[in-house]
Amino acid sequence: MKRFLLPVAIFAVLVGFLAVGLTLNPREIPSPLVGRVAPDFSLPQLHESDKVFSPKELAGKVWLLNFWASWCNGCKEEHPVLMRMAQAGNVPIYGMDYKDRRDEALTWLRRHGNPYVLTGVDEAGRIGINYGVYGVPETYVIDKQGVIRYKQIGPLDDEVVAKTIIPLVKELQSK
Amino acid sequence: MIPEVGHFALILALCVALVQGVFPIYGAAAGSPVLMSMAKPAARAQFLLVLIAFCCLGYAFAEKDFSVLYVAANANSKLPLHYRLAAIWGAHEGSLLLWTFILTLWMMAVTLFSKHLPEAMRARILGVMGLVSLGFLLFMLTVSNPFERLIPAAPDGRDLNPLLQDPGMVMHPPMLYMGYVGFSVAFAFAIAALLGGNLDAAWARWSRPWTTVAWCFLTVGIALGSGWAYYELGWGGWWFWDPVENASFMPWLAGTALMHSLAVTDKRGGFKVWTVLLAIMAFSLSLLGTFLVRSGVLTSVHAFATDPKRGLFILVFLAIVIGGSLLLYAWRAPRVGLGGGFDLVSRESMLLANNVLLVVAMGSVLLGTLYPLFLDALGLGKISVGPPYFDTVFVPLMTPAIFLMGIGPLAQWKRASLPALAMQLRWAFGVSVGTALLLPFVLGKWTPLLSLGLLLSLWIVTTTVAHIRERVSHLVGNSLLSCLAALPRAYWGMVLAHCGIAVFIIGVTMVKGFEVEQDLRMNVGETATIGGYTFRFDGAQEVKGPNYIAARGIFNVTKEGREVTMMYPEKRLYAVQNQAMTEAAIDSGLLRDLYVSLGEPLEDGAWSVRLYHKPFIDWIWGGCLIMALGGLLAVSDRRYRLAWRRERAEAPEALQPLEKGAA
Repeated sequence: MKRFLLPVAIFAVLVGFLAVGLTLNPREIPSPLVGRVAPDFSLPQLHESDKVFSPKELAGKVWLLNFWASWCNGCKEEHPVLMRMAQAGNVPIYGMDYKDRRDEALTWLRRHGNPYVLTGVDEAGRIGINYGVYGVPETYVIDKQGVIRYKQIGPLDDEVVAKTIIPLVKELQSK
Repeated sequence: MIPEVGHFALILALCVALVQGVFPIYGAAAGSPVLMSMAKPAARAQFLLVLIAFCCLGYAFAEKDFSVLYVAANANSKLPLHYRLAAIWGAHEGSLLLWTFILTLWMMAVTLFSKHLPEAMRARILGVMGLVSLGFLLFMLTVSNPFERLIPAAPDGRDLNPLLQDPGMVMHPPMLYMGYVGFSVAFAFAIAALLGGNLDAAWARWSRPWTTVAWCFLTVGIALGSGWAYYELGWGGWWFWDPVENASFMPWLAGTALMHSLAVTDKRGGFKVWTVLLAIMAFSLSLLGTFLVRSGVLTSVHAFATDPKRGLFILVFLAIVIGGSLLLYAWRAPRVGLGGGFDLVSRESMLLANNVLLVVAMGSVLLGTLYPLFLDALGLGKISVGPPYFDTVFVPLMTPAIFLMGIGPLAQWKRASLPALAMQLRWAFGVSVGTALLLPFVLGKWTPLLSLGLLLSLWIVTTTVAHIRERVSHLVGNSLLSCLAALPRAYWGMVLAHCGIAVFIIGVTMVKGFEVEQDLRMNVGETATIGGYTFRFDGAQEVKGPNYIAARGIFNVTKEGREVTMMYPEKRLYAVQNQAMTEAAIDSGLLRDLYVSLGEPLEDGAWSVRLYHKPFIDWIWGGCLIMALGGLLAVSDRRYRLAWRRERAEAPEALQPLEKGAA
């Protein structure tokens, strides 16, 4: 009798795992960088190329770093969300123009609006590698000590902003 | 109005399914002919009702009724009619309707071809199928209603995903579902036999043609899907070990094992318990596949938009159907007995070994598919399991299986003699080993895998010749031809299906061994040469399709100065979803495919281009088709037709004696 129960036992274990699996999101990729200090850089700014953008200057502030590019479709989709966030003014958004051409990036911002306090230029994508960027757009929440607290892969939407980003920012700002 | 008719038909079908699932099974247990006789009309009524629902949805798509949410989400006024109709199964709700429709189609077929079955058996089979369909109808009507209205109606639809706008979409899902769902018949036979306590050779004989036909459909369905991925995704692969591909491959492996196990139960009365388990397994894996595609527990290119409620529903349904059947199995199987014994060397033992190998292969695919989920569920991190795992596991498992496949048909039932087998097969062994070792050198390259692949396919072919010769030597006939013709079709079906595997292996081996791929930048007028073919890029022009605009590249292909063909790969932009699609140009041939796909436009009319030369790739799908043809040939065997004719003659009056139900 016992060996005939084996299939149903195996199946029960399988169902258990599938039930747990239902509660998980397989697309959620944890970033090894969350909880670590944001990699440092020093890059020319997009609008004033003789000036430098470096995260060190932002110590003591909670801020967002948004990787984007003018060639990226997801960024177009995300852009209105960023514009609304910039208008609300809860948190400063800094941009990182990723593997892009300066003139096209500037045109793009003129056309769609500029939500960024300022934008750095990562022409070769090196900073992207340091930050573990899978693809643009990606957004990092960085706290007062310069530690990455959250990473969004893909476009931000109003739901993520309202439910995740803003509460997290508020919590970090109050610390 | 029409969508409401469809919705109402589904509700009626649900009621009928309830009747069909409860009364006939109870009637079979209680010995009530009246209750049992309800199965057939109920199944037919259900078929009709679901057919009506299916047609209503089809009508809504044909008429571009964007007040139906599902139509608005999956079609567009510019989408051509054939794709609008294929869009019926373009997303979750509609493909469930297709699933259910095909289930009722199989039910209908059972009512038509079951006159030879005892009344109780038929009542139980249709009852079990009714219960399965009850679950699916309930699923549709509660959380996945394809007829849900969108008020106010959308001015235009969101269009079908461009990936799905392809002839493959018209054929692949129906074929695949015919296979998936077809295993429900074998499953229902097994459950009916467990319920009735009569697992005999007759049960196996009845199940065999149903299983084989379902298996043929599944084989063709998988092959079509693979071919579609090959030309549509634009990177020239034909199998990606994607979770959903695996979900269709697992029932195939279990179904293949089931077909062979049924043969033993039919001919020798052996393996009964194992056959029942395989029948349950094959259909359970079909259901599991449905769950994996729709619940979003795994990432896959096939995953439908996910909804946790839906995932939960299917999981509960899965637990009831599969868990219930396995419990029934655990309860009833111990009393079945083992059937005739056999020696360590016999056809039975070889079929059993092959069965075990197939099931282990299935298990390893299951493990590889679900492993990321297991780790994630245990909080051990996120990983993905890719082709390296599957390739590593599969080759060592399939090698002995194919070795046995060559010997099995020659071995005698019950007891075979090893030395005699060795005598019969030594030349086959010699020829295949010798050729497999030398042929790669002739072809210009030697790798162990190349030789192994050639060895396996040659082994299949040479052993096949050996056992045809052996069969013919027992026949007395005037000529070789009349002897060959005297062999039954079931036998020829097996030969053909096995040769299909040989053809398939040759395809895989040659593609893996000799394919050439080049990624390059091509200016207008520039040429590139791969595999002896010279491709000249003559620029790209803009063309307009019904719902897309495309850049169409023009390639002139020559070989040794002689013109071979012109090729026109496209890069399409589908307007509604703003999605770019690569439409590769493929020049197919018996011995090679040429494959060109456009990458990105570069400055001055240049493009990034990918060129492939793929020797023997069409043999992969050709092999699958040959396998399926073999299955069909086997089903057309005289013994089934005789049974069919007999039952026609006896049909209406011959009421079979009723057996007492569950002991």
